[in-house]
Amino acid sequence: MPETLTKFIFGRLTLESLPLHEPIVVVTFIVVALGGLAVLGAVSYFKLWGYLWREWFTSVDHKKIGIMYMVLGLVMLLRGFSDAIMMRLQQAIAFNGSDGYLNAHHYDQIFTAHGVIMIFFVAMPFVTGLMNFVVPLQIGARDVSFPFLNNFSFWMTVGGAILVMASLFVGEFARTGWLAYPPLSGINYSPDVGVDYYIWALQVAGVGTTLSGINLICTIVKMRAPGMTMMRMPIFTWTSLCTNVLIVASFPVLTAVLTLLALDRYVGTNFFTNDFGGNPMMYVNLIWIWGHPEVYILILPLFGVFSEVTSTFSGKRLFGYTSMVYATVVITILSYLVWLHHFFTMGSGASVNSFFGITTMIISIPTGAKMFNWLFTMYRGRIRFELPMMWTVAFMLTFVVGGMTGVLLAVPPADFVLHNSLFLIAHFHNVIIGGVLFGLFAGIAYWWPKAFGFKLDPFWGKVSFWCWVLGFWLAFMPLYILGLMGVTRRMRVFDDPSLQIWFVIAAFGAVLIAAGIAAFLVQIFVSIRKRAELADVTGDPWDGRTLEWSTSSPPPAYNFAFTPVIRDNDAWFDMKRAGYRRPLSGFKPIHMPKNTGTGVVLAVFSVALGFGLIWYMWWLAALSFVCLIATAIGHTFNYHRDFDIPAAEVARTEEARTALLAAEEARA
Amino acid sequence: MASTAITAGAEPVFHLEEEHAHAEGGSTMLGFWLYLMSDCLIFAMLFAAFGVLGGNYAAGPAPKDLFDLGLVAVNTTMLLLSSITYGFAMLTMDKGRVGATQAWLAVTMLFGLAFLSIELYEFAHMIHEGATPQRSAFLSSFFTLVGTHGLHVTFGIVWMVALMVQVARYGLIEANRRRLMCLSMFWHFLDVVWIGVFTFVYLMGTLR
Repeated sequence: MPETLTKFIFGRLTLESLPLHEPIVVVTFIVVALGGLAVLGAVSYFKLWGYLWREWFTSVDHKKIGIMYMVLGLVMLLRGFSDAIMMRLQQAIAFNGSDGYLNAHHYDQIFTAHGVIMIFFVAMPFVTGLMNFVVPLQIGARDVSFPFLNNFSFWMTVGGAILVMASLFVGEFARTGWLAYPPLSGINYSPDVGVDYYIWALQVAGVGTTLSGINLICTIVKMRAPGMTMMRMPIFTWTSLCTNVLIVASFPVLTAVLTLLALDRYVGTNFFTNDFGGNPMMYVNLIWIWGHPEVYILILPLFGVFSEVTSTFSGKRLFGYTSMVYATVVITILSYLVWLHHFFTMGSGASVNSFFGITTMIISIPTGAKMFNWLFTMYRGRIRFELPMMWTVAFMLTFVVGGMTGVLLAVPPADFVLHNSLFLIAHFHNVIIGGVLFGLFAGIAYWWPKAFGFKLDPFWGKVSFWCWVLGFWLAFMPLYILGLMGVTRRMRVFDDPSLQIWFVIAAFGAVLIAAGIAAFLVQIFVSIRKRAELADVTGDPWDGRTLEWSTSSPPPAYNFAFTPVIRDNDAWFDMKRAGYRRPLSGFKPIHMPKNTGTGVVLAVFSVALGFGLIWYMWWLAALSFVCLIATAIGHTFNYHRDFDIPAAEVARTEEARTALLAAEEARA
Repeated sequence: MASTAITAGAEPVFHLEEEHAHAEGGSTMLGFWLYLMSDCLIFAMLFAAFGVLGGNYAAGPAPKDLFDLGLVAVNTTMLLLSSITYGFAMLTMDKGRVGATQAWLAVTMLFGLAFLSIELYEFAHMIHEGATPQRSAFLSSFFTLVGTHGLHVTFGIVWMVALMVQVARYGLIEANRRRLMCLSMFWHFLDVVWIGVFTFVYLMGTLR
């Protein structure tokens, strides 16, 4: 019987699953397919496959993995932003009886995908990438504790991203909002594949995130250079440590709650159903027990970036280092005690709501302390307004507003009015764009020369900066106003024509942000073209203060020819002050981990497993699961995972740098 | 030592002349501990779900109708004994006796398999009586919590087989000792979780 056979092979995947009836998706598919083919063609034409595979995909070098994370974040930013601008356009025109240009089915997928992609596949890869690249360099280590695991984590994150992207063209994505609350996300109300894509994309990526969290904690705890006590660690390393503690202590919660949702959908259990004793509000509680720490996972490392940038570009030691560390730790702890403020309207009563309202407000105290530390660092400093510093100042002005609206939302009675309104949307974009994104741009501009050996072009950077900052204010201030007027989130059409002007302004803001993204891409392109002009051979273009600036740019595979010894905060500043000279002889062989393709293979099987589960192709799920386990076990039979970089090669690399530095000195 | 080098001469020292390379696997124990704690959180969530939903019988069977404490006691004994025998395996490993280590691991595995068999028998019996995971939120959370523990034991056994092959092939080399140590922590961790399951699910369930 052919029908049962196709059903067996393809599960519920049929030709109708392809969204051929949605012209927008079809056009997108054609554009993406052509773009993809062009990239694949170019890679093949220039015979880059071998290079990419050997030097990047299978690399266990934390610097290369960090850069690949950043590339992933950037690509997904383009996807997530297309969703954003589509929503802005829809809301700007869907007035006076117009239905806009997006039907409800499509619109609901777009706002869900926007949230999921921006948090999991833009912000997380960017943050993880930054930590991966910078932390080992800052603590004077040669790699992370578990280099293979690092590569595997990255590819699992990519696997999750691939599943989300696949949902655009094969089937559909969830129409539930980014946290997929049941009972809407249950099998009765969402019988399609959308929620299943959501679940398995996040599960696959979540494995990567948890493992990379464990990896970075071990790295920071175990691999610091001699002399670097905890209270001598650079502040970015401190914030990274806290973030990774948060990751390890919160992502398992997400894994568990999504597993329970999956059981409800696949097995028919009753965790979050309305009948048979299920409790949908338990899902909301559990997912926010992950969700609130998650926003601090995103922001803390960027607080670290701002600290490094402020201190470097003010030419001063960071004001209040100790208080900064304690503020970070306090935020880490408090972030676990506030989750209920996301749903005061659940009706848990005055006592519970006031507890969570007060803990939420208390978080503004350590955050405020940080803000003052940055201000006092700048006070009487010789401030250089280079690009990273500009982003930092923009952050301070913008983030404070977002913080204050956050405190406002922490007041339960006010929250009852503003819950799920556009005021909330404006608030969290205010802190995520104004904090996380501005911080990422500051960090990228700051560490780009370290990664590639040349600075980013300042002109296009400034164009991008002004477009982003003005675009943000233009796009989100109207949402505050609309929210105060009572407009709720996730609306597709509007009846009240007097609201339209605000949505039109917001849409213009989004266009300005689009220009900012474009300018950023142009900046990268122009900088690569002008790399000779923008080159920095010193390895220390900003007169930096921490260890990463002591090595060459880009750093050699082994990071440091000799393990550095630390005797103060701002170790590199201390070394420069004490008249440090680079050692020119006596190099020893350096022990390093070998590249491996196992991470890629495991991630491929995981994606296949997810795809099989999403489409009920049970044979595919079972097969890829068996392959996954077999590959993992097979990998443990490989005992030879290290090699030595010979002393002669280290000497060659270091002599090349000596020559470069000498040439630079002769020129100057 | 680095610290003395710093204060020694007038010229400060900023790098190590002599590298002693990081001992391989120096972070493994800490890393595995962290993994165990993350796994512990997953169990914490499942316990919490059971705590919230454990009384929601939806007019279906309750713990008193389902649990056979005698059987669970036998089952618990199997798992506790397997932990003891794993301890013996580690003791013999420390003495470098490959054969004895392998033998104790095999005994541990047999106890683990006995535990799993009894659990599966219990599940089959309950399902046969109509107490399926779909019947009520109580049963959903029961099967998920106990089943997740069982899955962990299953993975532990698969891992043990792989390690026994590796020990047979390469002997008790440093890497294999480290791996046996990790599995040991994993195995004892499952034991601790089971104590929680036994107490909160079975004992207190029957008291409800």
